[in-house]
Amino acid sequence: MIHYIWMFLLLSGVVAAAAKGQIELVTSATLAGAKDAITVCFGLISILVFWLGMMQIAQDAGLLKKLAKLLGPIAKFLFPSVPENHPAMGYILSNMSANLFGLGSAATPMGLKAMEELQKLNPDPDKQTATPAMCTLLALNTSGLTLIPTTIIGLRLKYESLNPTEIIGPTLIATFVATSMAVIIDRYYQRKYRRKG
Amino acid sequence: MFEIISLISKWMLPALVVFIPLYAIFKKVPIYESFVEGAKEGFPTAISIIPHLVAMMVAVAVFRDTGAMQFYLHFLSPITSLFHIPNEVIPIGLLRPISGIGSLAFVESIYREFGPDSFLGNLASTIQASSDTTLYVLTVYFGAVGIKRSLYALKVGLWADFIGFVASLIVCSLMF
Repeated sequence: MIHYIWMFLLLSGVVAAAAKGQIELVTSATLAGAKDAITVCFGLISILVFWLGMMQIAQDAGLLKKLAKLLGPIAKFLFPSVPENHPAMGYILSNMSANLFGLGSAATPMGLKAMEELQKLNPDPDKQTATPAMCTLLALNTSGLTLIPTTIIGLRLKYESLNPTEIIGPTLIATFVATSMAVIIDRYYQRKYRRKG
Repeated sequence: MFEIISLISKWMLPALVVFIPLYAIFKKVPIYESFVEGAKEGFPTAISIIPHLVAMMVAVAVFRDTGAMQFYLHFLSPITSLFHIPNEVIPIGLLRPISGIGSLAFVESIYREFGPDSFLGNLASTIQASSDTTLYVLTVYFGAVGIKRSLYALKVGLWADFIGFVASLIVCSLMF
């Protein structure tokens, strides 16, 4: 599916630019896009280095195991295929908590660490096919469950909103609905996938 | 309620930065070595994402900057007016899953034109804040561990985005 989306985005872009008679737009867009990607990636380096360091301390101190034990029932419900005492659980739960409390920058390194641990459980011989547990983790991350949308509140303030936090309630409801539906849809596809074998 | 959550949010990070090493010291963990050991992985992980991120962000930029997106929006407008969805928020809903910065630009233009406290401002804020950039998350998470076949993850992410969009519309229409 990702192949088609990629092709669709590129093809329709080139066709649109040609139809407008401004084909040079494609050239500038490719350069801009590539540059943005590198900028984002360099921004990630500092965050990853710092938080992966912190997470190693937490792991060595047994903190992640504690967290996994504390939130065990939720994790077991969401990730039935991950063994109870597997290190993946600790990272998954710290990723979820970081998202919930709006620590976006810390959430990514924790999520990547969780992916790395889930990859160790991957039965696929060449490890290039995702596992259902990975898909659940991604479902939770893409649906953006958070208690405080800090970025948007900041932006509202910048535009002199009189009530910048007014949107917290509706956002909470919308994101909660989206996340629960994501988990349900994920379960549905998971069943379908397992039945296919 | 909000004050409490926002206070937790503000203190969470500093508290973690102190609590994790402090707890580890009590457990007799060599915290400095541990930190360096884990931090070492940061650079290669970030670098391994580059090809995936460039591939995706170039495609999104081409789609966005050439006017292809505008074309599809035009195409969509009869459907959206049928459901009484304000035209101004359609680009946000469409862009949100593929480019967080892209949809944020549309949120800002709504703030400028109608003000952040208008109905459209509130709606745009809710749509933007209630979801994450699905394509980016997929690219980074799968890219970092070298997954090539993502099963149904993209479908789930896009469904969640769509549901989040609809939920934002309904909730905002009821509340504002």
